[in-house]
Amino acid sequence: MTLTADASPGLKAPRAARPKGASFDPIFQALCFSAATALLAALGGVIVTLAIGGWPAFQAMGLGFITSSEWNPVTDVYGAAGPLVGTILTAALALAFSLPVAFGVAIFLVEFCPTVLRRPIGTAVELLAGIPSIVYGMWGLFVFAPFFANHVQMPLMMAAPPGSLMEKLVTGIPNGTGILAAAIILAIMILPFMAAMLRELLLTVPPQVRESAYGLGATRLEVVSSVTLPYVRSGAIGAVMLGLGRALGETMAVTFIIGNSHGFPASIFDSGSTIASTIANEFTEATSVAHTSSLLALGLMLFVITFAVLGLARLLIGRSQH
Amino acid sequence: MKSARAIQRQIANGIFAVGCYLVTFVALAFLAAILWSLVKQGVGGLDLAVFTKDTPAPGSEGGLRNAILGSLMMCALGMTAALIIGVLAGTWLAEYAGDSKYGAVVRFLNDVLLSAPSILIGLFIYGILVSPFGGFSGYAGAAALALLAAPVITRATEDVLRLQPGALRESAVALGTPLWRTILSVLWRSASGGILTGALLAFARITGETAPLLFTALNNQFFSLNMSKPTASLPVVIYQYALSAYDDWRRLAWAGALLIAVTVLAVTIIARIVAREPRRS
Repeated sequence: MTLTADASPGLKAPRAARPKGASFDPIFQALCFSAATALLAALGGVIVTLAIGGWPAFQAMGLGFITSSEWNPVTDVYGAAGPLVGTILTAALALAFSLPVAFGVAIFLVEFCPTVLRRPIGTAVELLAGIPSIVYGMWGLFVFAPFFANHVQMPLMMAAPPGSLMEKLVTGIPNGTGILAAAIILAIMILPFMAAMLRELLLTVPPQVRESAYGLGATRLEVVSSVTLPYVRSGAIGAVMLGLGRALGETMAVTFIIGNSHGFPASIFDSGSTIASTIANEFTEATSVAHTSSLLALGLMLFVITFAVLGLARLLIGRSQH
Repeated sequence: MKSARAIQRQIANGIFAVGCYLVTFVALAFLAAILWSLVKQGVGGLDLAVFTKDTPAPGSEGGLRNAILGSLMMCALGMTAALIIGVLAGTWLAEYAGDSKYGAVVRFLNDVLLSAPSILIGLFIYGILVSPFGGFSGYAGAAALALLAAPVITRATEDVLRLQPGALRESAVALGTPLWRTILSVLWRSASGGILTGALLAFARITGETAPLLFTALNNQFFSLNMSKPTASLPVVIYQYALSAYDDWRRLAWAGALLIAVTVLAVTIIARIVAREPRRS
């Protein structure tokens, strides 16, 4: 938008036609422009820093950096497969757990909730989306883990028939930490965030659309499944992917509870690591160049994965919603 | 008489409704459990010493004073920088960018930055501020926090400026006000509530951030106002103390976690109240 006051052609422009102080206009615009560019540069800076810093690791290990699961700072051999698999596995499990619940909560708030409770429950969900992840991490380690060990891990390990696939899946030390525990904590963390976004989306469905379906005699389930959800489909996929992006990059909560061991997790109770937890644990202690570089290379991989997920999510959600 | 099909539909609908009630109850129960243990474990550790004494060696008495102070300093500096960048960038997007390609790119990437993993921001600041200048510092920590808060403020500023009526701009310009003054004294002023809300939400976001501080500000066991040196922060102290083997350290970690959670909740609630308040006429 340009709103500079131009004098009409042919007339002798009076001096006052150009408002006092207008010479500052281009400077102000340049200031605003450089601030916007600074944000762009920051994102570019992240990728450049990680690429330059991580390059030696890719160069030294080659493709083995991605495929090998050996991570040994003593011999300076680094393979990212363990954290990579851990990241994808925990995030996918977390999404699988929290997705139905988030949809259920959002639908409850929009379709079923008594009007009196709508506001308090909605507010509670939104507030909890802002609780820092370190709080979830502490709760996970000190409250959830002992409970999980006694009431989930032990019974499951006892119940598994020896030699069966299930036994392979649930082996480990029943101390309450591990891949599955981390995934559950992640699921609890991203749940309020996704539920709040899905609720916002469902509220954008025009009331007429919903009412006309009810007018035709549809049940609530039918209205939700064939009218409101299809109406918000692309936005809902975007919201879910934003949740996935969070789960992929989440650091502190996972670091507390995943057990932080390198290599491939052998079962869902086994301890493991994610890219973010590995960086958080080792970065300040990394002394060799190869070690630091491998951690930055891990960061680059995380960046590429989350950038793809978040970018797609933003495209699907569009500009109208947060 | 209802047909079999109608009964089937009713049953399916009933199961669906029960399911929705159930998962909401489960979700709220989990979240209540988290808040309950936070209060239960944290209140016991909260005493005057938490605010007046510095982080102790294991076994001795102490508090979180240096960590609270460090957090406050870094958040204040980070927020100042983020406000300047965020408000200006948001203004550019709303007032100058229009439909330009570059504007669309900035807008899109700002949204991505908004939800980018904070640990990567930490690595970036490490790469440009810590490693070349030879040391962890509070300034680096503040820079990382600023970079996390700025996209939130940019987004809020742009959104709220777009809501301002065009007549507001036109009338100011018609009175002979230059555009920059129009933005400063008319648009920013009438949008101040929305910008404030965004700033509060950004503040709530960075107060609990731990990951990017781990390798930018690091930590400091002692009371220090010098931000060019490693600086303590509440989240990093919580992280360190929670994973320690000492009971009194863990007690302090819980007290700190409660402090942070209460701060975040309070700031979020204030932000919501500010957002709801009708604009000044």
